[in-house]
Amino acid sequence: MTVVLAPVVAAEGTALHAWLLVALPALGALVLLVGGRRTNVWGHLLGCATVLAAFGYGVVLLSQTLGFEASQRTRELGLGTWFAINSLQVNYGLRIDPLSLTFVLLITGVGGLIHLYAIGYMAHDPGRRRFFGYFNLFVAAMLVLVLSNNFVTLYLGWEGVGLASYLLIGWYQDRPSAATAAKKAFLMNRVGDVGLAIAIFLIWRSLGTVQFSEVFSRAGQIGGPTLLAITLLLLLGACGKSGQFPLQAWLPDAMEGPTPVSALIHAATMVTAGVYLIARCSPLYNLSPNGRLAVAAVGVITLLIGSIIGCAYDDIKKVLAYSTVSQIGYMILAVGLGPAGYALGIAHLLTHGFFKAGLFLGAGSVMHGMHDEIDMRRMGGLARHMPITFAIFSCGYLALIGFPFLSGYYSKDAIIEAAYAAGGAAGGVFGTIALLAAGLTAFYMTRLMLMTFFGEERWRDLRSADGHEYHPHESPAVMWVPMVPLAIGSLIAGYLLTSGGRLARWLAPSVGALVPAEAPFPPALVSIFTVLVSALGVLAAWLFVGRNPVPVVRPERVSFPVAAARADLYANAINETIVARPGTWLTRALVFVDNKGVDGVVNGTAALLGGSSGRLRRLQTGFVRSYALGMLGGAVVVIAFLLAVSYS
Amino acid sequence: MSGGGLLLAMLLLPLVGSAVVAPMRSTPTAAKVTAMVFALGELVLAALAWSAYQPSGARLQLLLSIPWIPSFGTRFALGIDGIALVMIALVSVLVPIVMGSSWAEKLPEDRTPAGFYALLLTLQSLLIGVFVSTDVFLFYLFFEVMLVPMYFLIGRFGGPRRQYAAVKFFLYSLLGGLVMLGSVIGLFVVSGNRLGHGTFDWASLVRIAGSVPQSTQIWLFLGFFVALAIKAPLVPFHTWLPDAGAEAPIGVGVLLVGVMDKVGIYGFLRYCLPLFPAASRALAPLVLVLAVVGVLYGALLAVGQSDMKRFVSYTSVAHFGFIALGVFAFSTQAQAGAVLYMVNHGISTGMLFIVVGMLIARGGSRLISDYGGVAALAPLLAGTMLVAGLSSLALPGTNSFVSEFMVLIGSFPRQPVYTILATTGMILAALYVLWFYQRLMQGPVRGAAVVGALDGPGTATAPEAAAQRQRARFPDLSIREVAVLTPLVALILLLGLYPQPVLNVINPSVGATLTEVGLSDPVVGQGGR
Repeated sequence: MTVVLAPVVAAEGTALHAWLLVALPALGALVLLVGGRRTNVWGHLLGCATVLAAFGYGVVLLSQTLGFEASQRTRELGLGTWFAINSLQVNYGLRIDPLSLTFVLLITGVGGLIHLYAIGYMAHDPGRRRFFGYFNLFVAAMLVLVLSNNFVTLYLGWEGVGLASYLLIGWYQDRPSAATAAKKAFLMNRVGDVGLAIAIFLIWRSLGTVQFSEVFSRAGQIGGPTLLAITLLLLLGACGKSGQFPLQAWLPDAMEGPTPVSALIHAATMVTAGVYLIARCSPLYNLSPNGRLAVAAVGVITLLIGSIIGCAYDDIKKVLAYSTVSQIGYMILAVGLGPAGYALGIAHLLTHGFFKAGLFLGAGSVMHGMHDEIDMRRMGGLARHMPITFAIFSCGYLALIGFPFLSGYYSKDAIIEAAYAAGGAAGGVFGTIALLAAGLTAFYMTRLMLMTFFGEERWRDLRSADGHEYHPHESPAVMWVPMVPLAIGSLIAGYLLTSGGRLARWLAPSVGALVPAEAPFPPALVSIFTVLVSALGVLAAWLFVGRNPVPVVRPERVSFPVAAARADLYANAINETIVARPGTWLTRALVFVDNKGVDGVVNGTAALLGGSSGRLRRLQTGFVRSYALGMLGGAVVVIAFLLAVSYS
Repeated sequence: MSGGGLLLAMLLLPLVGSAVVAPMRSTPTAAKVTAMVFALGELVLAALAWSAYQPSGARLQLLLSIPWIPSFGTRFALGIDGIALVMIALVSVLVPIVMGSSWAEKLPEDRTPAGFYALLLTLQSLLIGVFVSTDVFLFYLFFEVMLVPMYFLIGRFGGPRRQYAAVKFFLYSLLGGLVMLGSVIGLFVVSGNRLGHGTFDWASLVRIAGSVPQSTQIWLFLGFFVALAIKAPLVPFHTWLPDAGAEAPIGVGVLLVGVMDKVGIYGFLRYCLPLFPAASRALAPLVLVLAVVGVLYGALLAVGQSDMKRFVSYTSVAHFGFIALGVFAFSTQAQAGAVLYMVNHGISTGMLFIVVGMLIARGGSRLISDYGGVAALAPLLAGTMLVAGLSSLALPGTNSFVSEFMVLIGSFPRQPVYTILATTGMILAALYVLWFYQRLMQGPVRGAAVVGALDGPGTATAPEAAAQRQRARFPDLSIREVAVLTPLVALILLLGLYPQPVLNVINPSVGATLTEVGLSDPVVGQGGR
């Protein structure tokens, strides 16, 4: 399948300063992290200002790019050498095209709103200035990731966002669980990173370049098996970063971080980097049907796993986290469908960026009003106490479950339709699972809404973990105002992006034109079915949760499916059994062997040579020292002699 | 000053400094300041050498050759290529930092700073000597003699088991050296057969290298290899390093792991490859196996360590595996990466050692389990340890990433299997660094070394009232410590984001080395364009 991408043109005009996009937040991070306590007073304002300025500049770049012909919209800006020797040339460079600009606006736009929100959310944290330093670092690294014009600087951003994620998951450093979650996230990401790294090695060996424009235009020269290996390794990288099966287990644990972190990094932007990577590498995937099939399969498996586990948790953030896992599964499924799906995956990524960020910030607002409570069983009836949060949260909820004509309705339905349209058994299986998971999504989100905002006020008789009574209250304006644009986006972004194929046409220079799906049955039918299945999910949630009182303590005698879902479908147990425990044994055994075995053999040989260990000990105390002194003396004599000879 | 004179001056200045400092037993501060002045003077000389060196010029530059023992065919011959230049630059940068970090070191009783600093300067001179020799016999001499000050630095100034560690280190190295001596003499004999007169001149030996039969080359190669592999050290010759690294004073450990071990890898590049090209090609698979085993074995052992200094030593074993892989994968990318890795490892592992030393200076224990939650008390100390750790795990943006990536991508075309195995070492590196950091720095304040001496049994979380006293007992970095660490952090970032000036020095020499081995790059040009 050949899809012709737009040619690459040198950047001009405003775009010559596009490096500012990265430099602004990077500078912010530098000032805040090096400046220390001196910057405490205004640090958060600087942190917000750099991101908002980058957003403003992104809008300028967007308007400039819109002024070009579609074929002129892929621009490159070289920024000098990073490291180079002979055939390995790694340069700093930006690729400013519709795909990267879309991400720039998402990262700095949604990111800017979340920065503003964090001013309020982190107001009582003594480390707020450092928090904004890390947040700026994240934005800078994420922009490097999406703006890079080659695989190695992409990798720089790729691991850079991993570092920011590590630092922010472990933010509450007195909590051992936070430190463990941070380490787990970094390690599981590293597994994926190794895949990405080896993919880069293969690309360089095949083509002698790591530059996108070169690699993509000459992708056809890569042999079939090598190309399949590259696509699978890139997928492994995507799985690590985006929490996809089999590397999904870190993302729910990442909720140990402060809620703005969950919203920005673990919902709206960083975790979607895997989708970006596959869409960016579309010229490679276009040539590898098996690679695409693997991508789609991973997406389908993950979206099912995520939506099943999401039904079982009582922790409001973990439900949202598994929802993220599941929704990114939809995006991965979409980009796995090839030219029929790249634009759909990005569209869902954007609408998800709006509604999931809104949901997380809403959850943060709830926690803010509830002494950082996260257990929904201890909530209930909060709609009356936090009306604004409730209203905004509801927008996100309706968008996520695909309520007709809201954002999720457009972006998710399109993916389900495209999956069916892929044809064959695979298409049928993918489409059906994606359809059923939409019902599960409606179930777990309705359950969340009912347990949090409706029903009995179960918190009345309870105390928080730190011993306070609950006095739920609305959050300050600095927190809810930034949520309003996200709520509006949840309502209308889907229509704006998809009507008339607007986003698909815009992205065409980067990922190729959207090939309309040849559905086996009318798209309207899929739409109706999706809405029906979702409605069933809502109804089921009401029947199970809404009608009955919610026990404050989690019932422990539950059926096997519920127990399995609560145990993350045993993902952690499997990791523990096949990786962690054998690894610990291996390490212990090796330490023993190294001390007793390898070293022992050497010491034993020495003793043998010395005749007995007693003689060795005498050797240690006497002979060696005198020999060493002798050598030093000899060296001095030699050097003195030399000097005397040379300069006499 | 002529070029060669510059190298001679670099050789002599620290020796003079050593002679000046050694008698200052009763004036410790003056001894330290004097030593520091000489070390900074050496840094200036290194900068001059850097600016005098022409990357695109001759194979060896800044030459100096004085007849020494004519009947023996050996000359006092100095000169550098780009690889030697970056190594002497590394030595010259690290020694003043090491002195700064040792400033407040508690020495064993009846030991004075004068002796310690004089030995440091002697060691510096000999390390420079190893890198600037262009006569094989002179190299061998420096290679052996540099053991002496190191032996005394560990044996006199080290930890509780210093005698054991020093002797083990000395015997190991001496054994290797003796084997190498055999090969050095063998070289003389072989050159006598080829040229009519025996020589130790490196350039002459390289010229005849191609005509020496492979079987002869293999024997001579192995003699060098054993000595250099012990020094590097490669698994299974590594067991002296954790002991020596653990018992050495912190500053000495930095020079031991950061520089002296690199002599092994440097020797591979300067002697094994050009002098025995056929043997190098034939025996590369053997070295590659040792290298990859080292990457994984060192990393797993690092995970299992309970002593902080032994931990750092084992991470180094893993890093040396990467470097050896790069040298014997035979591409300019991998070899340039290996050379850059030597520099970067000196900086980042040196920094890790120094920060660990600062922690030990506060807590008085080397055991990881005696610490916990230190970040709450000393955030700057924790932050600098994290920076060193991230460099150790080769995070992009830090120096080590560039070198590790170059080693791996450059090794991949010829050695895909070994490279993939080594690449999985990246996961283990993340594990050992982050777990180390977590146990020491994160979580509630705990551990005997942090809480114990002050508040009795040390596993309990510190109560609010004790927090203030703990901060007094466990202060954050002092201004001196910040001054020591700042240049290292700056180098980690600078070489991470802008390494090309250093690579420009390394690249031509690496290209020449690969030509001397008789190979060319597996991936050529912007292939096909």
